[in-house]
Amino acid sequence: MSKYKMHLLVCGGTGCRASESDLIVESLRKEIEEKGLQSDVQVIMTGCFGFCEKGPIVKVMPDNTFYVQVKPEDAPIIIAEHVIKGRRVQRLLYTDPVEKKQVSDSRHMGFYRKQIRIALRNCGFINPENIDEYIARDGYAAIGKCLTEMSPAHVVEQMKLSGLRGRGGGGFPTGLKWEIASRNNADQKYVVCNADEGDPGAFMDRSILEGDPHSVLEAMAICGYAIGATKGLIYIRAEYPLAIQRLRVAIKQARDYGLLGENILGSSFSFDIEMRYGAGAFVCGEETALIHSMEGERGEPTNKPPFPAESGFLGKPTNVNNVETLASVPVIINKGSDWFAAIGTEKSKGTKVFALAGKINNVGLIEVPMGTTLREVIFEIGGGIKNGRKFKAVQTGGPSGGCLTEKHLDIPIDFDNLIAAGSMMGSGGMIVMDEDDCMVSVSKYFLEFTVEESCGKCSPCRIGNKRLHELLTHITKGNGTMADLDRLRNMSLVIKDTSLCGLGQSSPNPVLSTLANFMDEYVAHVSEKKCPSGQCRDLMKYSIVFDKCVGCTACSRACPVNAISGERKEVHFIDQDKCIKCGACFDKCKFAAVLIN
Amino acid sequence: METVKLTIDNKQIEVNKGTTLLKAAHRLGVEIPTLCHMELHDLNIENKPGGCRICVVEVQGRRNLAPACITKCEEGMTIRTHNARVLNARRTVMEFILSDHPKDCLICPKSGHCDLQDMANRLGIREIPGHEIAEMSTYRKDTSPSIIRELDKCIMCRRCEMMCNEVQTVGALSAVNRGFMAVVAPAFEQNLEYSPCTYCGQCVAVCPTGALTEVDHTRDVLRALVDPSKTVVVQTAPAVRAALGEEFGMKPGTLVTGKLVAALKALGFDYVFDTDFAADLTIMEEGTELLTRLGKHLKGDTDANIPILTSCCPGWVNFFEHNYPELKDVPSTAKSPQQMFGAIAKTYFADKISVKRQDMVVVSIMPCLAKKYESQRPEFAVDGNPDVDFSISTRELAAFIKQANIDFNDLADMDFDRPLGESSGAAVIFGNTGGVIEAAVRTAYEIYTGKKLSRLDFTELRGMEGVRQATIDFNGFPLSIGIAHGLGNARKLLDDVKAGRSKFHAIEVMACPGGCIGGGGQPLHHGDSSILKARAKAIYEEDKNKAIRVSHENPYILQLYKEFLGEPNSGKAHHLLHTHYFDRKAKIIIKK
Repeated sequence: MSKYKMHLLVCGGTGCRASESDLIVESLRKEIEEKGLQSDVQVIMTGCFGFCEKGPIVKVMPDNTFYVQVKPEDAPIIIAEHVIKGRRVQRLLYTDPVEKKQVSDSRHMGFYRKQIRIALRNCGFINPENIDEYIARDGYAAIGKCLTEMSPAHVVEQMKLSGLRGRGGGGFPTGLKWEIASRNNADQKYVVCNADEGDPGAFMDRSILEGDPHSVLEAMAICGYAIGATKGLIYIRAEYPLAIQRLRVAIKQARDYGLLGENILGSSFSFDIEMRYGAGAFVCGEETALIHSMEGERGEPTNKPPFPAESGFLGKPTNVNNVETLASVPVIINKGSDWFAAIGTEKSKGTKVFALAGKINNVGLIEVPMGTTLREVIFEIGGGIKNGRKFKAVQTGGPSGGCLTEKHLDIPIDFDNLIAAGSMMGSGGMIVMDEDDCMVSVSKYFLEFTVEESCGKCSPCRIGNKRLHELLTHITKGNGTMADLDRLRNMSLVIKDTSLCGLGQSSPNPVLSTLANFMDEYVAHVSEKKCPSGQCRDLMKYSIVFDKCVGCTACSRACPVNAISGERKEVHFIDQDKCIKCGACFDKCKFAAVLIN
Repeated sequence: METVKLTIDNKQIEVNKGTTLLKAAHRLGVEIPTLCHMELHDLNIENKPGGCRICVVEVQGRRNLAPACITKCEEGMTIRTHNARVLNARRTVMEFILSDHPKDCLICPKSGHCDLQDMANRLGIREIPGHEIAEMSTYRKDTSPSIIRELDKCIMCRRCEMMCNEVQTVGALSAVNRGFMAVVAPAFEQNLEYSPCTYCGQCVAVCPTGALTEVDHTRDVLRALVDPSKTVVVQTAPAVRAALGEEFGMKPGTLVTGKLVAALKALGFDYVFDTDFAADLTIMEEGTELLTRLGKHLKGDTDANIPILTSCCPGWVNFFEHNYPELKDVPSTAKSPQQMFGAIAKTYFADKISVKRQDMVVVSIMPCLAKKYESQRPEFAVDGNPDVDFSISTRELAAFIKQANIDFNDLADMDFDRPLGESSGAAVIFGNTGGVIEAAVRTAYEIYTGKKLSRLDFTELRGMEGVRQATIDFNGFPLSIGIAHGLGNARKLLDDVKAGRSKFHAIEVMACPGGCIGGGGQPLHHGDSSILKARAKAIYEEDKNKAIRVSHENPYILQLYKEFLGEPNSGKAHHLLHTHYFDRKAKIIIKK
């Protein structure tokens, strides 16, 4: 990168591309050419910066100027002002929602200040389709180190000492997983990268593959070396076309450089990688289901044991790691297990990527050390709650996680603390809810997802989740009883206790955690037939206040179902049996005579 | 063998490593309830997807309950099979299953034989909480010539899928859809008729509920019986007499031949005959065909189509038509005994009693569901009048007898009518795997060598192993025989034939595990393979008790050739008793 005086980094992640970031690149290049700056300024399309809330992002290096919500037509001004005259384009700078101040240097933004980027280290820095840029940032140094200085057992040992745990949801110690796979002898073993990211709202794996595909390839080769496998498979959902394309480019480049294939770096170690495409079934993120899907079978889990490390793909020992886990591996090898283990908490080492979503100001992808509190994540990095509303809950761990509340805000986030609090790490989804969210509806929403995504193999998950969803719907319609709440709890506990795989064993978590933390809301729904947040339509009641109604007839004319009666200049009346709760009367009334409760 | 020690319900036990909790508990007399699990021990068939979760038990120290059917015993485990947590979980899971199951037990064909009904009863389920708001998964009902699929009743135990794919390698059934709508069906939820289904009925034989049942033809039979213009002739297959008694509370393996005849007479059939007669006829035709082909083969003719494959089993015929159409000239052209019987009944016998073809109704009682389809094949009809009008299963006959208020247990034995009711012991053993080839050997040996056999029991051809082989000394010529039961086993032998590396001269195939005694139309075994063994034993007993034990000594067969057919494999015999096969391989046609 030294040849150029200035670099313009443009986000080429799926989100920013959807907002025409490829056109931004084109316009910037055109401007640069017109001004004859080709030898001084380079435009690079990088992976995701994580700050998706304000995309598309253009970052100017070396001064770290961070432009947000850039449009292709902004290219001339960026070149004319910033590049040529050295003046920042003020209107494209980011305004901090808390401090209400413009910030130009990304390092000073609340969003980035507390982040430590290990898995995401190259996202937003390098061109993912150029292997040289990866190599320039210590890429493929780790596999080189392994092949020349370390025995496979030593690699496994380092992974164990690093304390890295699986980032896909289970949190199983990665080093231990490698050790088990390395111990099982077979004529063929496999390394599988689980890129079947399926949690709604979570996109860290996609971002890594789009922004830094080589880190995953390198890690797979390291794993292959450690466990004695010569074949790697990436199971990726077909809905990730950009990630697939970048992986294809990366695999080809790595092969051309002799970093994949026969006798890597002149050693006796050979390793190659192929891709397998999934159809986007959530359950195929479960490793046994994933393996069946790769084998061409129906994507459904089987009982463990046997674990894939014993009998996996085609019955051979198979090590399955998710994308984010793998992306951390080369850094651990390069910098040492001690360095990694010094980050994080006692039992959860390193960093974790979270996808912030929901009613939060800074929606996006962040990476923080284990042990960061929810408060820091939501209020500092996330910039607090949208529109100044009050925080109510945060769902961690995706649809199978639990809802945590105000009282959990100061617990340090790690695998064990989240489970103790009744939720889980999952793959790192974080959905923030404010005071307007009804917690019964929220758990119903998550159940809807798991009902849809259950494979149907075991009865508690196939039928039980459906019944949970039905009962929650029943309650949000105002038909529930107190006894239903006991049933809800019992069904949830049994589904967790008896389901075959992780999907069913965790799907009732939203119900159980909201029952534990928001019992009053459930009680309000069933005993008072009221939704405290006013979200459950069936529990809303529109009425006309006697002494405010002037009889203007605006409401009765607006009512689509003729539920409002009343003569001109007389008080009107809403027939509750006819009312469909559309709210048209409320909107029309100029005298605040329509009341909702 | 390494062993492990564990505690189940406070009882210590030591078992071989790899034993499941279910089996260890069974040894202690602790019967953990199961629903999807099914094992046919002697046949090496086991279904254990671990899907129903009824058999869950508590393993001390584990976070979740474990399914006993697939969890292996480990050293030092402490297991509770019926504490409050387990019982509540089991009941709740059962309530889930029942909440998505129709409640029309009163009119379900499986009522009284239903594993789900039994389990609901065993677990003491008296209500299904929340059923008022519970949506049910509903599917289109599918009726094929042999099998009815009523998938609203499917509980996803996957037994049918396992039988169809792993045991039979037919591949007609597999799980489709996801979540609540997941169900077992042919690809793209097509009708069974458009799938490679062979109608072997093994899916029906293992279905725990009323999701898979046979097409019921008893009403058609009743209509024929009450029609005074019809002469109704019935034939009954060998395997029926060894199993029917089970439906009336008799011990498995009880032979009820005499009562069966009496019951059929009581039902009003005009002539009660035996498919075994036609089995003897089959031996005459197929045995002669074998010797002819063998003669050509020994003279060096490479087109002699050796090995000859038996063709009695309609499931098997469907299987090779679907999967090995390129071999369709290899099986014997002899029709199955059911169809030979129909052809002779509606010609030779109809003439004898001066009844017109269209006034005769031939009914068959079969252990088989594929026989229903076979009887409906267009090539087995003359001017639209089928040789066999209706084929009903052992189970349908039992129901029919019960409806007719016949006290089966109390019936006095009766004998089959003549001439189509006389048979040899060789014909009886058609019901067992290996039986057809043993019967053929008995006759072919005597014809080939011109000598009397010194022993009639070829025990080397018997047994329950899936693929068997034996060499019989034909006066110095070693006749090499292969036997397969279960279509997956047949596939192994067929692949060899296709590749030209089969060393056999003759191969017998029966589609159902155990042969016809384990047919899809038999009383349900509920996973108890000792029942199949008892039936097989009874069949061999019946053979022993017969006065005539080789087909070519059946006097009525000799009379039939003399009066009507001429020689075996004569022109007339070919016309009436032989058939040809079709290419039914699924073809993908892309319409432009």
